[in-house]
Amino acid sequence: MTTEAPLTTAPVGGAVKKVTTPAAAAKKKLSSPWASLAAIVIAVLWTVPTFGLLVTSFRPEADIKKTGWWTFFSNPLVTFENYEAVFGAEEGVNLADYFLNSLIITIPSVIIPLFLASLAAYAFAWMNFPGKNLLFIVIFALQIVPLQVTLIPLLTFFVDAGLAGTFWTVWLAHSTFALPLAIYLLHNFIKEVPSSLIEAARIDGAGHVSIFFRVLLPLLTPALAAFGIFQFLWVWNDLLVALTFTGPQISPITVQLSNMTGTRGTAWYLLSAGAFVSMVVPVTVFLLLQRYFVRGLLAGSVKG
Amino acid sequence: MFVQRGSSRSRVAIAGALSMGLVFGLSACGDSKDEEPGTGATSLAAIDCTPYKAFGDLTGKEVSIYTGIVTPEDTPHKESYKPFEQCTGVTVKYEGDKAFETQILVRAEANNAPDVAFVPQPGLLQRLVQTGKVKEAPAEVAANVDKFWGADWKEYGSVGGKFYAAPLGASVKSLVWFSPKEFKDSGYAEPKTLADLKALTDKMVADGKKPWCAGINSGEATGWPLTDWMEDFMLRLSGPETYDKWLKHEIPFNGPEATKALDAVGEYLKNDKYVNGGYGDVKSIASTTFQDGGLPILEGQCSLHRQASFYAANFPKTAKVGPDGDVFAFYLPGETADSAPVLGGGEFVAAFADRPEVKAFQTYLSSDTWANVKAKVSAGWVTANKGLDPANLQNPVDKLSAEILLNPKATFRFDASDLMPAAVGQNTFWKQTTAWLTGQDTKTTLDKIEASWPK
Repeated sequence: MTTEAPLTTAPVGGAVKKVTTPAAAAKKKLSSPWASLAAIVIAVLWTVPTFGLLVTSFRPEADIKKTGWWTFFSNPLVTFENYEAVFGAEEGVNLADYFLNSLIITIPSVIIPLFLASLAAYAFAWMNFPGKNLLFIVIFALQIVPLQVTLIPLLTFFVDAGLAGTFWTVWLAHSTFALPLAIYLLHNFIKEVPSSLIEAARIDGAGHVSIFFRVLLPLLTPALAAFGIFQFLWVWNDLLVALTFTGPQISPITVQLSNMTGTRGTAWYLLSAGAFVSMVVPVTVFLLLQRYFVRGLLAGSVKG
Repeated sequence: MFVQRGSSRSRVAIAGALSMGLVFGLSACGDSKDEEPGTGATSLAAIDCTPYKAFGDLTGKEVSIYTGIVTPEDTPHKESYKPFEQCTGVTVKYEGDKAFETQILVRAEANNAPDVAFVPQPGLLQRLVQTGKVKEAPAEVAANVDKFWGADWKEYGSVGGKFYAAPLGASVKSLVWFSPKEFKDSGYAEPKTLADLKALTDKMVADGKKPWCAGINSGEATGWPLTDWMEDFMLRLSGPETYDKWLKHEIPFNGPEATKALDAVGEYLKNDKYVNGGYGDVKSIASTTFQDGGLPILEGQCSLHRQASFYAANFPKTAKVGPDGDVFAFYLPGETADSAPVLGGGEFVAAFADRPEVKAFQTYLSSDTWANVKAKVSAGWVTANKGLDPANLQNPVDKLSAEILLNPKATFRFDASDLMPAAVGQNTFWKQTTAWLTGQDTKTTLDKIEASWPK
């Protein structure tokens, strides 16, 4: 609360008004009634399809196939059959079995690149070694490689290395694809830390390891969380990488979701229920960490 | 304030996540064990094991299958392997994946191919053979195919004169779905010739109905049901020999035969009096998904829907499929009552390994034994294997399809769009016929497809 005090007292006289920080000005503009109205309209527009999906997931098969979800309100028939079907072995796919696979795939695929990227970002920001700039540009440039072109060579490599059919294939693939952006983002964030902090730590006798873990890591939390969410959502929702590298035993929920509709798509009405099941985790993660997400989006992008 | 609210919200979110996680975790534990003791193992009679003795002791070996056949058709497949597994001690690992058609190429390229793949198109089989990873079919399989299938089927499983893949299942595309009840009440008879079909349609129009319904929307494959329509008419109006020349591009795509076929389709599908029962005018065909195309039959809003045997799975479980049920199919007749051209599709068993257990499994799949075992456990499945006893089939549509396929007069032809180069068969043929339906004339349509044929 004390930090906010100067803001509330600042706008007194005309002369003082000009000193108002850009943040306060933005806050004033964004909280006008029109802006609120616009925000509400956008929020409603954005939520309607999701709401429709939710309603659909509780409607009977024949209704889903014949009419739109909005007819639910004139003919409210509720059934849990769709949810029973996506969790029942009767339909051939039990999503619950693959829920765990998705978690096993996603968590290491977030932690591995975050860990490696923060170390690399530190090295690029605060250590001096020959070829540093060139190497950084190369890593930066790797972001433009479309991951599709790497699928077959990577798979060949995994087969040769004897990793095919294990979780290592997806963990390594996702980590590889995430690293360039992660290093770049975290590097810009670390670079913004005042050099006096690092120097003070050095004078106190800290080496690179203790500087990284004791000084920078606590400061890095918002950036790590932001990239963590980003990567988590990406890996959780990924279908292509999982299709290419995983086998029947280790495939994530997205692959099963696409197979659930049946060989010729005849069971597409199950998709709404299936989609909601697979959405639970990403929505939770987003709600938990959304403050960091917004803060972290600006990390490295706006330089004062 | 903000921080406070955030943390209370995150507590709610954590609680939600934990409880959902618990629910999923528990249900995962509960369900996974229930289905294990296979019902098929007990209900299926033991089979004669002698044909597999020749492959030596296979106990403990594994064969992996990769296929685009997923739920619910995968369960009968797995069931049908059990007698083989009991005979030989081989474990069959089944992997169904809807993205099979693209992923099998990736896997073959990356040396990560399965032992056996069920390839749904001869065109795809050719591309797989070109990777050099597909093994030729063993002699036992070739002998079975010579015995149980027609020469046309063996040809579809061959590339460059070498026989690679035995046929597995088949689907009959020359079917028209209708409501037996409506036919009985209104005194309609199943047509025996194309002229009959036309007369029946006109009679329905006179009764104040919109007879036909159709849907061709299928995501990126939108238009494929139209190609089936055209192929069916090509086969009927110009005969199988011309059909073969047409799909091999020995005669031009836009020749008089093709023009006649597409115009014949247009008489039905581009006629506002005939379509689109339950949905609207001609243009609504393009926006209706193929899965929904025939559903108005159940509501009595549409009387006829031309679609393959596998369409049976699209009707809700509450609808009874059968000659005395809510919906059934008749054979799309030939031009005369004694010609029986059949358009269809099927899968082929390609092997990427030549270990004894893989060969034994291929032999099993190409036998009449397997065909009958499979028939007993599945619904919505049929094969052109002559060793199949149609009495073993469970489902009336399957029985009808088997009768059509095994009819000695039948001339079977594979879906031409699956045999043409991908640039045509999986691209312009779909797109241009869709444009044709929404207004483009026949000549422009066929000229554009002809122009897209790879030189």
